[in-house]
Amino acid sequence: MYEGAVQDLIDELGRLPGVGPKSAQRIAFHLLATDDQEVKRLVDALTEVKLRVQFCALCGNVAEAERCRVCLDPRRSDDVICVVEEPKDVVAIERTREFRGRYHVLGGAINPIENVGPDDLRISELLARLADGTVQEVILATDPNVEGEATATYLSRLMAHMGITVSRLASGLPVGGDLEYADEVTLGRAFEGRRVIGNDK
Amino acid sequence: MPLYRDDAIVLRTHKLGEADRIVTFLTREHGKVRGVGKGVRRTSSKFGARLEPFMAVDVQLHTGRSPRPGMGLDTVTQVETIGAYARAISQDYGLYTAGTVMLEAADRLVSQEHEPAVQQYWLLAGGLRALSERHHDANLVLDSYLLRALAVAGWAPSFEDCARCGEPGPHHSFNVAQGGAVCPRCRPPGSTAPAPETFALLSSLLAGDWVTADASDARHRKEASGLVAAYGQYYLERTLRSLKMVER
Ligand SMILES: [Zn+2]
Ligand SMILES: [Zn+2]
Repeated sequence: MYEGAVQDLIDELGRLPGVGPKSAQRIAFHLLATDDQEVKRLVDALTEVKLRVQFCALCGNVAEAERCRVCLDPRRSDDVICVVEEPKDVVAIERTREFRGRYHVLGGAINPIENVGPDDLRISELLARLADGTVQEVILATDPNVEGEATATYLSRLMAHMGITVSRLASGLPVGGDLEYADEVTLGRAFEGRRVIGNDK
Repeated sequence: MPLYRDDAIVLRTHKLGEADRIVTFLTREHGKVRGVGKGVRRTSSKFGARLEPFMAVDVQLHTGRSPRPGMGLDTVTQVETIGAYARAISQDYGLYTAGTVMLEAADRLVSQEHEPAVQQYWLLAGGLRALSERHHDANLVLDSYLLRALAVAGWAPSFEDCARCGEPGPHHSFNVAQGGAVCPRCRPPGSTAPAPETFALLSSLLAGDWVTADASDARHRKEASGLVAAYGQYYLERTLRSLKMVER
């Protein structure tokens, strides 16, 4: 244990995802040794992100206005929505340049042991976007792991009788991984080769 | 013993750092153990798909040198698939919710790490196989698993003779705290009175008599599920979080 302020910083850093107590201590002492200007830039970046960035009211992606860049872009097609777990998955898919439709960010995957059920995700918001008949296809791009697959299963069942084509990324995507780690080529191929899992038109 | 190898079921996983995962296994000979799967969340990982909940695997772990006793995490060095149940289970929402309760219950029932729990291992392995092969209704498999796993843990319910005095049954009342069926003399206030068919279904689920269980009707399955849930929650002394997401 260290004196007040240093220990407070270590505690706060240690709450960040992926930062253990040892790393927290290392980062804290790094910051102590760093010059004031550099630390101030970090503080400003943290403050700015909390002030300016919000979640898109329509799709749940990160946004610097009420709507995100993808939702505001008039060149993108309105008839297909790609459903992902997290905003970082939007970034991964954008990198492939394979997809020109809109997104819907669920905010996670169904995981009963962690107490995350369908009601905790942005599913009713998704259904609301499908109500006016504009959307023809929904691509389920949840993570290729058990929770992501189960979430896709739940959603496809929910959308089974809505007259919408429901597809899932091709199974060429390695199972068990996080979508964000897929390279552009593999992810792009998974998009091209997506398979239709529900279509009652 | 720096390296050891065992058959195991993956109970749960937690993200660790950038691309690792902490994996909780129920093994056949070493009981519950936790290990780190390094790099398994990268899509290039060979192990990733094998270290997912519901997978039955042959795993090799390297014992960690821990600064504090009991706090060390072993490292997964090899994994081979024995039963790839994850795929079938995650592609059917009813199987997924039922299977998740089984994993959570097993994790709770085997509370100590590195203490052999061989019967619990076989029960879970058999339950997940039955679930993924869809021989029976998913919720029947779940209820049968819960009753038998609780029985193995020392909380065997009685659905025939009086759970309190042993008076031969069948009886008409059921009391969770007393351990199941109760005779008219032992029956505490607040006991329920399930249908005789529900008692028969519960007995068959505990005994693994699938002919009787499969022939049961929806009304008695629902009543039996309610009693199994109440019984499980009472003896586990805490709610099974995943139970409320099971669609009955
Ligand atoms: Zn948006
Ligand atoms: Zn009695």
